[in-house]
Amino acid sequence: MIDYVDLMGFGPKGWGWLMLQAALMTIAVSGTAFALGSALGALIAWARIEGNRLLRIAADAYTTVLRGIPDLLVIFLLYFGGSEALTALAHALGAKGFVGVNAFTAGAIAVGIISGAYQSEIFRGAYQAIARGELEAARAVGMPRWLLFRRIIVPQALRFAIPGLGNVWQLALKESALISVVGLTEILRQAQVGAGSTRQPFAFFITAAALYLVLSTLSGWGFQRAEAVGMRGVRRS
Amino acid sequence: MDFDFLRQTLLLLVAGVPLLLQLAFFSIAAGAALAVLLALMRLSGNPMLDHAARSYVFVFRGTPLLVQIFLIYYGLGQFPEIRQSFAWPFLREPYWCALLALTLNTAAYSSEIIRGGILSVPFGQIEAARACGMSRSLIFRRITVPQGLRVALPAYGNEIILMTRSTALASVITLMEVTGIASKIISETFRAVEVFICAGAIYLILNFAISRAIALLERRLSPQTREPAAPANVPEPAR
Amino acid sequence: MKLSKILAAALVASMWVISGASAQPKDWSTIKIATEGAYKPWNFTDSSGKLIGFEIDLAEDLCKRMKAKCEIVAQAFDGVIPALNAGKFDAIMAGMNITDKRKEAIAFTQTYGRTPSTFAVLKSNALAKLPEAGKVYSLNADGVVAAEKSLNDLKPMLKGKVIGVQTSTAQANFLEKYFKDVIEIRQYKTTEQHDLDLAAGRVDAVFASISYLKSVVEAPENKEMMFAGPRYGGGALGFGVAVGLRKSDPELLAKFDAAVVAAVADGTVKTLSMKWFGFDVTPVR
Repeated sequence: MIDYVDLMGFGPKGWGWLMLQAALMTIAVSGTAFALGSALGALIAWARIEGNRLLRIAADAYTTVLRGIPDLLVIFLLYFGGSEALTALAHALGAKGFVGVNAFTAGAIAVGIISGAYQSEIFRGAYQAIARGELEAARAVGMPRWLLFRRIIVPQALRFAIPGLGNVWQLALKESALISVVGLTEILRQAQVGAGSTRQPFAFFITAAALYLVLSTLSGWGFQRAEAVGMRGVRRS
Repeated sequence: MDFDFLRQTLLLLVAGVPLLLQLAFFSIAAGAALAVLLALMRLSGNPMLDHAARSYVFVFRGTPLLVQIFLIYYGLGQFPEIRQSFAWPFLREPYWCALLALTLNTAAYSSEIIRGGILSVPFGQIEAARACGMSRSLIFRRITVPQGLRVALPAYGNEIILMTRSTALASVITLMEVTGIASKIISETFRAVEVFICAGAIYLILNFAISRAIALLERRLSPQTREPAAPANVPEPAR
Repeated sequence: MKLSKILAAALVASMWVISGASAQPKDWSTIKIATEGAYKPWNFTDSSGKLIGFEIDLAEDLCKRMKAKCEIVAQAFDGVIPALNAGKFDAIMAGMNITDKRKEAIAFTQTYGRTPSTFAVLKSNALAKLPEAGKVYSLNADGVVAAEKSLNDLKPMLKGKVIGVQTSTAQANFLEKYFKDVIEIRQYKTTEQHDLDLAAGRVDAVFASISYLKSVVEAPENKEMMFAGPRYGGGALGFGVAVGLRKSDPELLAKFDAAVVAAVADGTVKTLSMKWFGFDVTPVR
């Protein structure tokens, strides 16, 4: 037990600081991925609700493909194929030379794309929970579409979406562990480096598990609070 | 488009499908058994059992599957006590470690789904059954399970698809299922994108087949959502 | 939502993503070098996460000779060649041997280090008694006949055993080529992982370069490990460690080549080698 404290502590031989830094990296990459996923998810949800047939098929294909292949493959594909695609895009826009994408960006985009597929389902469900009458009334008084979106749809949809988004956030936190295989120094990768270096895999992986538990518990509380705030004034059956 | 290479790669990758299906099938089956146990523990009314089950679910849902796999494979292998125990012939092999990790993980998620299914049965029916003197196991078998299953099936179907995808993580502990073989091919040919696209296609086809099968099962279990059968040709009664 | 607004948002997003990336100038005044960071003592990390090792020091020396500013990044070994070709960095210095297979995908400079490979086992394992311990065989044309005979002699003892090796390495290719149907080959992402499994008894032996295994076998917590069997070099195991570069960058290849040849000639490689390995890995011409 004392060995564990020595190992994980903040002393000269201790890995404590490194593990905490890795935890910050996990939060950073998960947060970026989640934000990306929200933007994508909103886009896809809109395509499925209001889009024409072509858009809807594209959106359906997107969600089907991303929920059908392992997250590990998406991360690998983006890591190896993404640079080629971005380089091509950059060349089209006039940049020169190679465009390299680091592990953080590649990982965040990968997890973000997967998260977008899940979030689009949540946004779609939340939109459908809004009372039709309100939308009709708003259109009847001639509210422009942007105002309708900003004042009626978004506040109410967000309120219904919060529980689902809480789940998707937890998913993003756990998927960030997969980014370790392309070398990003987040919690799991740091644990692997430590385990290999000190030959004490159990201590490191237990610490990693504990860190994830702490992150997920804190997030859970955060989302519960957000839900309480969002549901203020709504009568529950 | 090097179709020759794609074709060769696909043939090599397909060899990993049996292992993938084995891992998925056995972990889902064993996980389901454990999940029922956990769900019953939570619904038993006994606070100790409830707490134990809730802690289990909390830990296994709050940590990534990859961490669980590493803990079981490398973490447990560190201790001489475990290496000399009866469990070592199993824990020594990456196959059993992967199966154990997948089972424990899916049990946590499935137990919540099953619990939701059990709780969805209207309490009035249970009361009536008790009033008629039905035994607890009879109630479970005849009232709870058929209706609970119907409610739980969509979420459980989702879980099955998730598990099939999660078997890809077994490749990080040297198992040669589809993703493992894909990594090996890439390390020999250096053509990452093409190989991973082939692997992705295989997973997509598998998941498509599985979701069709589950949709079929859902329809069979819910006769009220099917279209009504065409009216039979009943002859007019004789006047 | 208007389509134009969406397109504008997408454009902004892609600008943001690209700004998180970096474009490389072609004058080679800055060079990004990839290493593994988990292959002691060629390249590894100290407890603060900083990359150190023989190749880190050598890279600094080479860059001084090339009058370039070098940035060294870590990259998982099994993806390093596709990543090089995808443009993530400009050179590889990761204990990577020149092999015919790899030469099809990338270009190499002259070699700056050559060590044979061998087996490491637990003292309690049957394979500890592999014959001809320590004898060096060359798989190049000059010695391949004798080498292959010794490999055949090993087969009866190796039959059915489980051997661990790092994936994507020349050592993995070697095992596949000569022992494919004789042993079960387990491929690991990093050398540390197969060491952990060797200590746990999951594999009967691991097969890796002596330069790496020496640091493993000599580590105080690995008292139970030892070398076993003969040592092999050349042929399928490669012709020495060198800098890997894209085939499309011949100017960079020429610069690195000149620097490597100079570093070998004036003894820098030997000094660094004695510092990190305790023996001289300089290739004999």
